[in-house]
Amino acid sequence: MSWTKDEMAQYIANLFPDYSSVNLGIGLPSLVAEKVASEKNIMIHSENGVLGVSGRPTKETVSPTLINAGKETISIKDGASFFDSSLSFGMIRGGHIDFCVLGALEVDASGNLANWMIPGKKLTGMGGAMDLVNGAKKVIIMMGHFNKKGEEKLVKNTNLPLTGMGVVSDVITDLGHFQPKNGTFHIVKLAPDVKEEDCKLP
Amino acid sequence: MKKSPKVFSSAKEAVKDIPDGATIMSGGFGLCGIPENSINAIANREIKNLTVISNNIGNSGRGLVTWLVKDMIVKAYCSYVGGNPDLEERIHDKRVTVELVPQGTFSERIRAAGLGIRAFYTPTGYGTLVAEGKEVKTFDKPCILEEALGADFAIIKAQKGDEYGNLWFKETARNFSPLMAMAAKTTIVEVEEFVGLGEIPPEDIHLPGLFVQRIYQGENYKNDIEFEKIQEGK
Repeated sequence: MSWTKDEMAQYIANLFPDYSSVNLGIGLPSLVAEKVASEKNIMIHSENGVLGVSGRPTKETVSPTLINAGKETISIKDGASFFDSSLSFGMIRGGHIDFCVLGALEVDASGNLANWMIPGKKLTGMGGAMDLVNGAKKVIIMMGHFNKKGEEKLVKNTNLPLTGMGVVSDVITDLGHFQPKNGTFHIVKLAPDVKEEDCKLP
Repeated sequence: MKKSPKVFSSAKEAVKDIPDGATIMSGGFGLCGIPENSINAIANREIKNLTVISNNIGNSGRGLVTWLVKDMIVKAYCSYVGGNPDLEERIHDKRVTVELVPQGTFSERIRAAGLGIRAFYTPTGYGTLVAEGKEVKTFDKPCILEEALGADFAIIKAQKGDEYGNLWFKETARNFSPLMAMAAKTTIVEVEEFVGLGEIPPEDIHLPGLFVQRIYQGENYKNDIEFEKIQEGK
């Protein structure tokens, strides 16, 4: 039984200590926001210039100038703050953000991350990902264990254009929790009934 | 009382001397906080060969996309073009040359230009395509040299502003705008609320008017939302 997306998000949310700061990437990682318990007092950072992101707004409170980095409307909690993009990325690059959670195309056994470009495919740009992986204290990758073609996304050496070198500390997939270490992937935890050989680790 | 020379009567007046081939920065993240009036006024002038520095170069057919579809832009600096098919198409057929810049490096290069820093070292992009051709120096870890990025003009929007150009931004609409205001030779600001001097408390001024050369009262704001997400049942 592999983990559902919700279970992956809950597992990641449980990794954050009280009062930590977290940046969540767009797409799958944004699910983590809904799993962060309010009593943990976690400050969610969004790189477009807000610290203290809360849940979705209501029809009454929705504001076109209150959005996250995915350009979705958000609300904020008490204690939140707004700032410009340079200060926002200064928080990241300066090592003041404890965790970032990002999606990935591939992660390799040296902790190299590829998540922004497939040669020959449509170009979207790296956004803030290269800054996040070089600045956040811990980089957690949240992704499916295999791609749509059924190929492994945890590989020995990635040949895709990199987002960052040796930057990934933890990978959470539907099959478990892994850490790139010494040219291989260390298994921290497997999802219920998942066996090591199911993971096809390099 | 003498009127401040910074105050312009309209968007049309404020942008009328921008020449062909100018480099223009435009504030906003996606469509949040974009200078709608200046974008439209420049689109109506149909000037050519522009270099544009903006995080997204418009989105979803709106904002700076109005310049793209008139082929006014030849070069773009941005960090993310996903969700902007008009730009993707023009990059693909080489009508627009694009330099993709990591978003934190993008904002810092602009800030540096405004504050007299010629270049800086950052670990962002080391070991990636972004580092190609750039000087590498190792401090605690390897870093690449990134140069300041300035412009001839910046067009930005603030919620409130006064005749000196002191600005106050609403929520996450601030993003790149104050940095661009510092980095351009001529900064053109449009505001939703033109307020009297002293109405924004000095402690709450997000950008001192020193960085602003032109300011006008904007009108007919759309303030488009790209992805409206509302609590279920609310």
